[in-house]
Amino acid sequence: MSITEQSATESLALLKQGELTSVELTQAYLDAINARDEQIGAFLRVDGEAALARAAEIDQRRQAGETLGELAGLPIAVKDVLCDSDERTTCASKMLEDFRPPYDSTVVAKLKAADAVLLGRTNMDEFAMGGSTENSAFKLTRNPWDLQRAPGGSSGGAAACVAGGLAPLSIGTDTGGSIRQPAGLCGVVGLKPTYGRVSRYGLVAFASSLDQVGPLASSVEDVALLLATIAGHDPQDSTSLDAPVPDYLATLNKPLDGLRLGVVREHFAEGLDAEVEASVREAIKVYESLGATVKEISLPHSKYAVATYYVIAPSEASSNLARYDGVHYGYRTDVAKMISDLDSERKELEETDDKEGLEKLDTPLVRMYRRTRDEAFGPEVKRRIMLGAYALSAGYYDAYYLKALKVRRLIRQDFDAAFAEVDLIASPVTAEPAFKIGQMADDPLAMYLVDLYTVSANLAGLPGISLPCGLSKSGLPIGLQLQAPPLAEEKLLRGAQMFQAHTDWHKNKPEG
Amino acid sequence: MSYTTVVGLEVHVQLATQSKLFCRCSTQFGAEPNTQTCPVCIGMPGSLPVMNREAYQLALKTSVAINCEIPAFTKWDRKQYFYPDLPKGYQISQFDLPMSEHGWLEISDPKDRFEPKRVRILRAHLEDDAGKSVHDEVHGRADSEIDLNRTGTPLLEIVSEPDMRSAAEAKAYMQELRLLLTHIGVSDCNMQEGSMRCDANVNLHIDTPDGKAATPIVEIKNMNSFRAVERAIEYEAGRQYRVWQETKQQMGDVPKQTRGWDDAAGKTLGQRSKEESSDYRYFPDPDLVPVLSTPEEVEAVRASLGDLPADIRRQLADDHGLSSYDADVLVNQGREVLAYFFNAAEKSGDYKAACNWVTQDIQRVLKEQEQSIDEFSISADQLADLISAIGDNRLPKSRSKDAFELMLTNEIDVAAAIEKLGIEQVDESALVTLCQELLDANPKIVADVKGGKQQAIGALIGQAKKKNSNVDPGQVRKMCLELVEKM
Amino acid sequence: MAITRDDVEKVALLARLELSEAEIESLTTDLGQIVGYVDQLAEVDTDHVEPMAHAIELHNVFADDVVRPSLPREQALANAPSHNGKGYLVPPVLGD
Repeated sequence: MSITEQSATESLALLKQGELTSVELTQAYLDAINARDEQIGAFLRVDGEAALARAAEIDQRRQAGETLGELAGLPIAVKDVLCDSDERTTCASKMLEDFRPPYDSTVVAKLKAADAVLLGRTNMDEFAMGGSTENSAFKLTRNPWDLQRAPGGSSGGAAACVAGGLAPLSIGTDTGGSIRQPAGLCGVVGLKPTYGRVSRYGLVAFASSLDQVGPLASSVEDVALLLATIAGHDPQDSTSLDAPVPDYLATLNKPLDGLRLGVVREHFAEGLDAEVEASVREAIKVYESLGATVKEISLPHSKYAVATYYVIAPSEASSNLARYDGVHYGYRTDVAKMISDLDSERKELEETDDKEGLEKLDTPLVRMYRRTRDEAFGPEVKRRIMLGAYALSAGYYDAYYLKALKVRRLIRQDFDAAFAEVDLIASPVTAEPAFKIGQMADDPLAMYLVDLYTVSANLAGLPGISLPCGLSKSGLPIGLQLQAPPLAEEKLLRGAQMFQAHTDWHKNKPEG
Repeated sequence: MSYTTVVGLEVHVQLATQSKLFCRCSTQFGAEPNTQTCPVCIGMPGSLPVMNREAYQLALKTSVAINCEIPAFTKWDRKQYFYPDLPKGYQISQFDLPMSEHGWLEISDPKDRFEPKRVRILRAHLEDDAGKSVHDEVHGRADSEIDLNRTGTPLLEIVSEPDMRSAAEAKAYMQELRLLLTHIGVSDCNMQEGSMRCDANVNLHIDTPDGKAATPIVEIKNMNSFRAVERAIEYEAGRQYRVWQETKQQMGDVPKQTRGWDDAAGKTLGQRSKEESSDYRYFPDPDLVPVLSTPEEVEAVRASLGDLPADIRRQLADDHGLSSYDADVLVNQGREVLAYFFNAAEKSGDYKAACNWVTQDIQRVLKEQEQSIDEFSISADQLADLISAIGDNRLPKSRSKDAFELMLTNEIDVAAAIEKLGIEQVDESALVTLCQELLDANPKIVADVKGGKQQAIGALIGQAKKKNSNVDPGQVRKMCLELVEKM
Repeated sequence: MAITRDDVEKVALLARLELSEAEIESLTTDLGQIVGYVDQLAEVDTDHVEPMAHAIELHNVFADDVVRPSLPREQALANAPSHNGKGYLVPPVLGD
């Protein structure tokens, strides 16, 4: 077995025992990236030199007998949406192509403090809007299991780099499924924590009340290791939860006695791929064989989750992305050209004596905003900004935005009722395995419906995990999603570990 | 035809915190441009706001002081518009559930130009300030420069009902609000530095043969002093009346207009406003959490406020016999002067005298020397001594101003001043002797007085002073009259 | 509710986007479809349901009023598309 096929936990043990150096480990992943990422396209930027220098420094400190951080020497990939004062943070957008934040996000600061080796920045849908990573302004990321297929998204690079053996650990973000869905489609493990469990400070916002940062890795154990590092209260994030972080690794291998597993009636409906359904049902049987009680439950408002999500998320996004106006940072249109265009428009209007047109003509400032934003945002980002601005605008607020907030509470109440009866809820992650690149390019609504099984957890603030539970006949990974009540990550991880301890799906690797 | 001016005011007050509302940058006024900013107040991607506890407390204190009800639940909303001095693309403000509502403020005019009245306050809410755009007005097309130092400074917006009926009332409301807010220490309310700002909504109710007509409401901005508020509203009322005579346009006929006050020109000028700019798309800020408060917390704040200016005015008039005019003038001097006054008044026991000294001589000196009361060289204790010396005749009233000046210039106490003035107590027998001598030497004056012309005594007072500079003119008059009676 | 081209143009100004002809057209279609889908929310009975703006509902989160160092001005302005070392520069805002 090559170094890059070891789990992060295994590598960490070898590092600690002095049987492996961080430089060796980092070099192995850099070699893998060199060999395969041209095809996969998981990374936007890799700074091998900096990574090796950092690895060498950690090796030295280890030799000197210093106390090191909990991830000391482990390479990690970070989605290009978390601010790092040593790096650009582009959000895969032309808007922020050259943005260098003068500060570290809390998660990046924690990774640095844990002595992790930051390998590079992974590709994503622009501003995390999308489910295929096709909306990146810079490159396409391919699914390591089938290069003609999408890795999912928006954390497509984050999932693909783990699946492709290019990084043992990876940080993603999940607003409507953006960790769990690509993890499912790429056959890796991805966890969205409880809203507020991980600080959002320095995470470039898409939809603030839904965004969460979370870990991706090839095993539940590695995910637990990384979650333990990044979780915790942050006074810089008003929505951060002030609750102690349990020792996830300490209890991970204790099976959940008397586990009550909920299966949602509404989940197994029309549109669910037969192979996916079979794999998920098979996984549920595994739990039964381990002594779990399976209980059918109902989440009556779950069918409204996607509609609710596609009001709330774009509304917040339209506001969060208002700051990109070409004034304080980021892209700005060519002002000289813009002014000259405006002058010729004015001249034309004057010549035709179009008083209404003249009255409506943008001022230079307004035109600068409009052109800057039109040029630097991609189509999906513009679509969501428009959708959100519409839902919040006068006359529509009550019918869309306010209505969605109310349905959101009903969705949450469904979960509260369900969790009174069960400990965890099992479901598919997506209705189908990985789709072909370009397959949904012209159908935004179809793309949105991919989030069917994942958005509810974001709306309700619950933790959810996606783990491999099968392979389709065509050799594509199939994911199982487990969801738990708020702050029940420990239970969630133990539940997922029970499955992995008795199955080998997570050990499957794509060829290549 | 006659009309009434109807005014409602939106006042923005900068709260006296050390750091900004949602980040910990300094709020100090006057720093070099863009030296007091951070990722949060620049609105950099990924940054998040955390509310300043002190800002909320000061806002709560103010709300209670202006008699507002404090709802148990309040939240913050994003008010969205694009402007270069608003780096987030939205202001964090409060929309449908403000932290306080339904208050009032009493205003009155010491010169009685209007009846005392209660101006209702619709609401007060906490929000963050924008930065500043410096326009290059000379070069027209040159770029504007943006300074974000002020961005994120905590503001309390206090919105009145349209309860004021003249420019004078509006000015009085502003002054009373400033007095109250500086008294409770929540703001320095400096209009020049922009820590107190005001927009006025003005229209007219006109009596016409067909009943009342209301002119379209105009919002006036850019008023940077109390005087400007008064002048702008006066001007605007006149302007609206002229426009109404010409156009007969009533409320609803035209969209609400915004006009800026040009202080130099003494005019309000129309400002261009885009139709769409009014759709602010408010929604709850997902980055901030609501604030809950209990009646107990609100009561504790109320208890911590102590006596407010209106209470103190009442006490001075009711308990200490000051005229309401004096009480008003005194309270309007502000908290420090008032504390000085109370020290002197309580120590000397003579509120009226202390009031006169403080509102007349001391105010004059402070003004001339551009001093604050803390810098004033006569302490409240010393003033009390001065008042007492006059009261028990150690210092003739006629020499009290001289003593005051000596205390001031030589920084000495009243005893030293009396000595320096060469004032000695004139005892009763010496005074009798002196007066009798004078009466005996002036039989004509005695006859005049007996004939009912009491003022004839006046001629003797000067002579008495010449013989003994320490005699008190009042005592001389009194003694002479007594002696004449016996003659 | 059906989305018209006029709606799209209005919202584009609100959102400060200078959309091309083609964009206006495709957005009219896309938004129409999405809003059509979202319209199903109308069938949910939400009487007496409180809106839920946060995933986890916290309250009273404050920071102490203690000044911390600001960014050095060079760093604050470093990402600006146009600045003069003192402030951010934008096309004239007068008359806007």
